[in-house]
This record gives sequence, C-alpha cells and structure tokens, in this order.
Amino acid sequence: MEFTEDQIMRYSRHILLPEVGGEGQEKILQAKVVLVGAGGLGSPVGYYLAAAGVGTIGVIDNDRVEMSNLQRQIAHNTGRIGVLKADSAKETFETLNHDVKVVTHKERLTSGNIMDIIRDYDIVVDGSDNFPTRYLVNDACVMLKKTLVSAAVFRFEGQVMTIVPGEGPCYRCLFEIPPPPGMVPSCQEAGILGVVTGVIGTIQATEVIKMILGIGTPLKGKLLLWNALDMSFRTVKVPRNRECPVCGENPTITELIDYEQFCSMSH
Amino acid sequence: MKNVDPKSAMGVSVGDVIKVDRTLDIKGQVCPYTFVRSKLAIEKINIGEVLEIVVDHEPASINVPKSMENEGQKVLKIEKTGEKEWHIFVRKDKEKKK
Repeated sequence: MEFTEDQIMRYSRHILLPEVGGEGQEKILQAKVVLVGAGGLGSPVGYYLAAAGVGTIGVIDNDRVEMSNLQRQIAHNTGRIGVLKADSAKETFETLNHDVKVVTHKERLTSGNIMDIIRDYDIVVDGSDNFPTRYLVNDACVMLKKTLVSAAVFRFEGQVMTIVPGEGPCYRCLFEIPPPPGMVPSCQEAGILGVVTGVIGTIQATEVIKMILGIGTPLKGKLLLWNALDMSFRTVKVPRNRECPVCGENPTITELIDYEQFCSMSH
Repeated sequence: MKNVDPKSAMGVSVGDVIKVDRTLDIKGQVCPYTFVRSKLAIEKINIGEVLEIVVDHEPASINVPKSMENEGQKVLKIEKTGEKEWHIFVRKDKEKKK
C-alpha cells in the first residue's frame, strides 16, 4: 500500500522503529481487534489501538456511561452520561484517528452470540468485569483458536496473560472453574484505583500490537502481576494443563457455558 | 535507470559506476521525515537494488546514511552536488528486522 501524506506523519514514529517500519504499520492498519467491554480496561486498550492505527476495532458493550465510570473509563466523558458505551467509545476512537473503523456490538455476550461476534476478528481483548463473561470469552477463543489478551484488575492490582490456543495455557489451565459467588468480593468491597486500569489496559494494548507485528515475546504461558502500591511487577510461569477441561487432551467442555451472573468485581 | 560517474563524486567513492534502481527526491523535507520516507522507499525495492536519495537538508545528508547503516543497509556513496544538495546511494542488503 502507499501511505498518504497524513499517514506518513501520523505513523512516522512507528515507521522509524526497525521492528515496525512501513511494513509493520501496514499490518497494524489491516488488523482487526475486538474489545470485550468498553470500561476501565477497554478504554485505554481502544485508545492506544486507535492511535496506533488498528484498522478495525470491535467494541462489545451494552452498558451506558455512568458518572461513577468516569474516574477510570477514559474513552467516555461527562457529556456522554447515559449514552451507550459502545457508541461513546466509537466516537472517541474514530475522532482520534480517521483510519480506524469502530464496529459496535451493543449486546451482552452469551453462548448464543459470542461465536458470530468474535469470528471475524484476529485478536480478542478481554476487559470484562465478571467471571461468567471471562470464562465464556476464554472458552470461545479456545474453540475458535483466537488469540486472547486477558486481564483483570482489583483495588491496586492487576494481571495480564496472553492466551494463544494450541500454543500455551488458557485461562482455565490457570483457574479451572469460576469461583463460587460467595468467594468474590461484593460490590461494596471492590474499589479500584482508576489509574490501575490504565496501566493494565496499556499492557494489554502492548501485547496486541506485538502480536500483530510478530515481534518480541508475548505473555504466553506467563501471568504478569502488577501491584501499584509496591510498584512491583512479577511474572509467574503458567504451564498448560493437560487435563484442562477446555484446552486439554480430553476436553469435557465442548459447548459454551453461560454461568450465572453474580455481583461482579469492578463495579 | 541512471548511471552515476564516481569520478565526479565529491563524497565517498566506490570504484564502479552505480546502477540506480529507484530515485527518491525529498528536497524540501526535514528530519525525521527524510529518513521515514527513505525507509518507506527502501522497503519497496529488492535486496541488492540501489536507492538514490536526494536531499537538501544538511543534517539529513549525515543522518539518513547513518540510520540506513544502523538498519543493515549499505551506503555506497554520498555525493554533494550543490551548495545544498546531496545524493545518497544506498544498496538494500537487509529486509525488516524481525
């Protein structure tokens, strides 16, 4: 492809990098990435992917912007309270970069719709705030062999893992089943320092761009843990579980499961 | 195709006549766009082919060859052809770093 004058300037700092160049930027422009959730994590992920020029960004979210979101969900703003988050995020990302097309999916993910929604994307980014969705996304990505950049945040901490089905462990290799509802902190207990979602979401965006470019080493088989108070990063090796119910040798989960929703963590 | 007589060169000389496969005239451009555009041009040619880059921004006459060498390309010659005009001849030796 030939870059336009605007594109040469917009992406010049990428093109200058030996590992990216014009060829790498072209890959970014052709990439299709879908975000599960346009909240605390989805906002920075989408923002940086839009800035980088990811050509197609899907946004799956059926919630509306609330005042209490704005302490961390930087894709939205005060004037958009009451607007669907998917529409608000589309406006933000497309305004930043007209090379980006944002496709909105204004529905809650279920076993019935997830396959059709994520099928056409290259990479899935999980920024969901609840266990039923997290497991549903993991299982669907394993079944469709889609790369998944999974993350979660809680209070002052966050974790990220990149799942490449067939090559490394999946989320169930790490945590086989969702915790029982009683084990999960209630809404009142689950605060989150806003900036934590920014750090973790930006790490997810970094993983996505590395995967698109085929450079560096992804967090495949490695769980990155970050603590804001200690300002400590730790990487824990995660082996594949041969008995994993979804990606193991004899999977017992062959159909998607809709776990019951319960009070979720980061509301 | 354009041949350059090395005897008239004021810069680094290589014994042979350089066969140019593509010329990029970026007079009027400044850093870093001089290198950005040079890099986009060299990506489009094949290994072993030669790109001639024409610049009128003095720092670019030093920085573009330096950056090309850093990325593994071979700078054959830098020729000053006027008060503010340089021709840089680069042979593509390497594809993108993986």
